[in-house]
Amino acid sequence: MLSAKHITYQHSDHFLIEDVHVEIQKGEIVSLIGPNGSGKSTLLRLLSYVLKPIGGTVLLDGSEMHTLSRKAIAKKMAMLPQTNNHQLDMTVRELVEFGRNPHKGWFQAINDEDEKVIRWALQMTNLQSYEYRFLHSLSGGERQRAWIAMALAQRPEVLLLDEPTTYLDISHQLEVMELIQMLNEQLGMTVVMVLHDINQAAQYSDRMIVMKDGKIQYDDRTQCVICKQMFQDIFGIDVDIRYEGDKPFFIPIRKTCHMSCLT
Amino acid sequence: MMETSLSEIQKRKHPYAKRRIWTFVFLLISIIFVCLYSIITGSVKLQLHEVWEGLTGEKNSMFYTIVWDLRLPRTIVGLIVGMCLAISGTIMQGVMKNPLADPGIIGVSSGAALMAVIITIVLPQYIILLPFAAFIGGFVTAMLIYALAWQGGSSIARIILVGVAINAIIGATMSAIMLLYSDRVQAVLPWMAGVISGATMEQAKLLALYSIPGLILSILAIRHIRILHLGDEMAKLLGHHVERSRFLLIVISTFLTGIAVSVSGLIGFIGLVVPHMIRLIVGSDDRFVLPLSALGGGAFLVFADTIARSWFDPIELPVGLLLSFLGGPFFLYILHKRGNVRAFS
Repeated sequence: MLSAKHITYQHSDHFLIEDVHVEIQKGEIVSLIGPNGSGKSTLLRLLSYVLKPIGGTVLLDGSEMHTLSRKAIAKKMAMLPQTNNHQLDMTVRELVEFGRNPHKGWFQAINDEDEKVIRWALQMTNLQSYEYRFLHSLSGGERQRAWIAMALAQRPEVLLLDEPTTYLDISHQLEVMELIQMLNEQLGMTVVMVLHDINQAAQYSDRMIVMKDGKIQYDDRTQCVICKQMFQDIFGIDVDIRYEGDKPFFIPIRKTCHMSCLT
Repeated sequence: MMETSLSEIQKRKHPYAKRRIWTFVFLLISIIFVCLYSIITGSVKLQLHEVWEGLTGEKNSMFYTIVWDLRLPRTIVGLIVGMCLAISGTIMQGVMKNPLADPGIIGVSSGAALMAVIITIVLPQYIILLPFAAFIGGFVTAMLIYALAWQGGSSIARIILVGVAINAIIGATMSAIMLLYSDRVQAVLPWMAGVISGATMEQAKLLALYSIPGLILSILAIRHIRILHLGDEMAKLLGHHVERSRFLLIVISTFLTGIAVSVSGLIGFIGLVVPHMIRLIVGSDDRFVLPLSALGGGAFLVFADTIARSWFDPIELPVGLLLSFLGGPFFLYILHKRGNVRAFS
């Protein structure tokens, strides 16, 4: 569905992503995790083609990104960056309408089909009654759902999310994660997301990619990635791994060494 | 039962829907009244029926001359200049994502002013070319700033910083010229303060000819301004060409300001205050802000110009001066009263 082959990217002397391979299958939920500055957000932005790699190619459904127009990409793939503007003075509906942009020519207005898609997006995110509420009057979780509704209005097959739950309280976090899971199950939406909370990532993803220093260190099924060794290597902490059904989760025990010995 | 269905219907409307309609109606009526006021006011006060007589009556009658040759051209010019300035301000605030942005940032005003100073002071024999030269000066300066701010892509912060630098250089050049020719400075002062005097019907027609394409373009630009509100990255992710539309918007804004400045000199404040006030009333959706600002800007300028030329008889005050005098305190008052409003995203 979405793959990156030998991609290289550098935006400063200290930061380099080199020769990275990622292969995302249709219908998967994949989480990208790693310490701050490990390059996980950069990798996501490279996959979304907001950033263009210096070397290597990104393929969407078999076609190379640079051969596709921005609109063609946006019809297949939606991405929500982390830095969404929370102070936008617009209603939920206006935001969701923007999701139709890739499907519209320069002078085309919203037609019946767009209207149907907008209704559907609002319904999927359970925001029908919020249609004419202002974004700044919503709670963090509702606002995040509104952004997801906008992404849905693009009718994408792939959804990329950069830390969709950061700054939300725990109940809103779960609300958003469950919405994402529902989209995956009901629509077969392929989801790639950067998550900060590793337990959450383990709970909701089929596969996890662990990054450090601009390299992919682990890329495997969740049960294989969540292990003592991984936490030791990547984060320098001792953990206890437990299972809830077939989902692993970890409990941090102590830091094994100071930051300096990790680098 | 009835009540639930009623509230159901109300939920299906934008919360500002009513306000938007009322604002539109109010501004439309204001424009009509203000234009009438402008036509009847002057050294010869006209009655309404005399205005009618002038509009429809025989050529060469006194009322005909007053209405068609003196008052109407000035009213039309004021209307168009006000519209251009307000729209241009709306666009620039959208592009720069800053409620304080006005076309001056991108150097249109200073570029036009420099040319005006050069023509009026250094080359007064070419005074007939003033509007044209001012327009070119403004346009070239804006494009220069945009080009200098380009580094594999434009960024708002760089445009603003380069603008500050270029504006400073132009300001210094202007001061230098004015010092060197200090005996002739008098000639350019009204222009610097902003005036719409001596407008003829020919000028009004020419102005309409230039500005109408600009106004139409600005309507088409609304889509671009709106999507840029989401942020550069989000707009790109929605398949939008951010650089292309930013450039387009800057060109339109520059064009409109250039037109306005070339006929009326430096009339500040309308581009800043009018869109801001409209936003406070109808929210930030540019589909409404832009056309309503156009109406508001037109009405406001005609009104201010009428006051400027009639209340201080026998002196005719430059309208730009009056606008700043009136607009400044009014703006402060609004900011003070509605300080909590999200005037901009």
